[in-house]
Amino acid sequence: MAEKKSLFKEFSKGLVTENPVLRLVLGTCPTLAVTTSVESALGMGLAASIVLICSNIVISALRKIIPSKVRIPAYIVIIASFVTIVQMLVKAFLPQIDEQLGVYLPLIVVNCIILGRAEAFAGKNRVLASAVDGVGMGVGFTAALLLMSIVREALGAGSIMGISFPAGFTPMTIFILPPGGFFVFGILMACANKLAESRGKPKAELKGCEGCPMAMSCSIIDEMEDA
Amino acid sequence: MSLAAILVTAIFTQNFILSKFLGICPFLGVSKKLNTATGMSLAVIFVMVLSTAVTYPINLLLKANDMEYLQTIVFILVIAALVQLVEIVLKKYIPSLYNSLGIYLPLITTNCAVLGVVLLNIDNGYNFIQSMFNSLGAGLGFLLAMVMFAGVRERLESCKVPKFLEGLPITLVAASLVSLSFLGFAGLVEGIFG
Repeated sequence: MAEKKSLFKEFSKGLVTENPVLRLVLGTCPTLAVTTSVESALGMGLAASIVLICSNIVISALRKIIPSKVRIPAYIVIIASFVTIVQMLVKAFLPQIDEQLGVYLPLIVVNCIILGRAEAFAGKNRVLASAVDGVGMGVGFTAALLLMSIVREALGAGSIMGISFPAGFTPMTIFILPPGGFFVFGILMACANKLAESRGKPKAELKGCEGCPMAMSCSIIDEMEDA
Repeated sequence: MSLAAILVTAIFTQNFILSKFLGICPFLGVSKKLNTATGMSLAVIFVMVLSTAVTYPINLLLKANDMEYLQTIVFILVIAALVQLVEIVLKKYIPSLYNSLGIYLPLITTNCAVLGVVLLNIDNGYNFIQSMFNSLGAGLGFLLAMVMFAGVRERLESCKVPKFLEGLPITLVAASLVSLSFLGFAGLVEGIFG
């Protein structure tokens, strides 16, 4: 029973309290780039989730075999293999999504959410827990992308999933252009902070990347800046 | 496209950070101070140009053997190994350069801007010289955006910000305004180069 409860906790933390985009501030590049339409946001969310779940499972299964000194290159190879598989599948069955995502599809390989979860969770936990963690984080990532793309597509193109609003609504194109991406993300982040604050949680900060393998070098730079 | 047009496009109209959203992490994370922003950008320019020079022949090799599907996995490994190698060489032979750029190098390994420029060069079907110019332009555009934004953020420090927007949100809204200014370059390339 206790096992079941903790598994549910692993799943639900990715949705709200540790949402990868709005709380941990990971994977900002795809969040800003592919949210111009709901369709491409959904495609990116699903593709990244599949890679995340599969790589979490494999990394967790191999965690006792991979020597800790070469774990980062090993993780990258595992993640890159799954990205290649997903890339081939999307190219074959969903050519339209492939066109919309373009270069961002292979770039899932450097998405810090995936490497971050491998380092922070899958490398230390059992296979089932890692798989559930991957599902939770994947759903959280997709939900954040969806939220942002709904706001941007509705305001910027006057449609949702390509279905236009009734006449009389003039879309503000700026929202699907790059400045609109930064702006909507900023406002969503402010709302998420406000929500977190009302529950006594700290604000989201870029330093929340303790899971990121690069965090060490980041902190060196931070120390330099403070000096 | 002429080489000058490629360079101007990569720096201004298709700026990597502000219109392609590649390399947002360092853009938000390392842009607090002007000197760190410059150091990071110089390291990015260096790695971008170097990895383009190395991956171009590798891609030809993959193409010749019908193994293009291995691009992603091969490129990320080559770039990671290259960055490590550069770090070791710099540390041993050019310590002064290592002291100013070295600490940024491990950060760049998994930076999407570097892998992004390599993949975009191939997607656009550029030849070797064109690829080199595109990478150089992308790096210079990165430098421009980082330096501009570092200036904006230093001003932001002394501003009174609404409590609601304090911290990361106001940084993103400021980034939105900087990105808005870059929209002004739209049509620049067609205007100059026809």
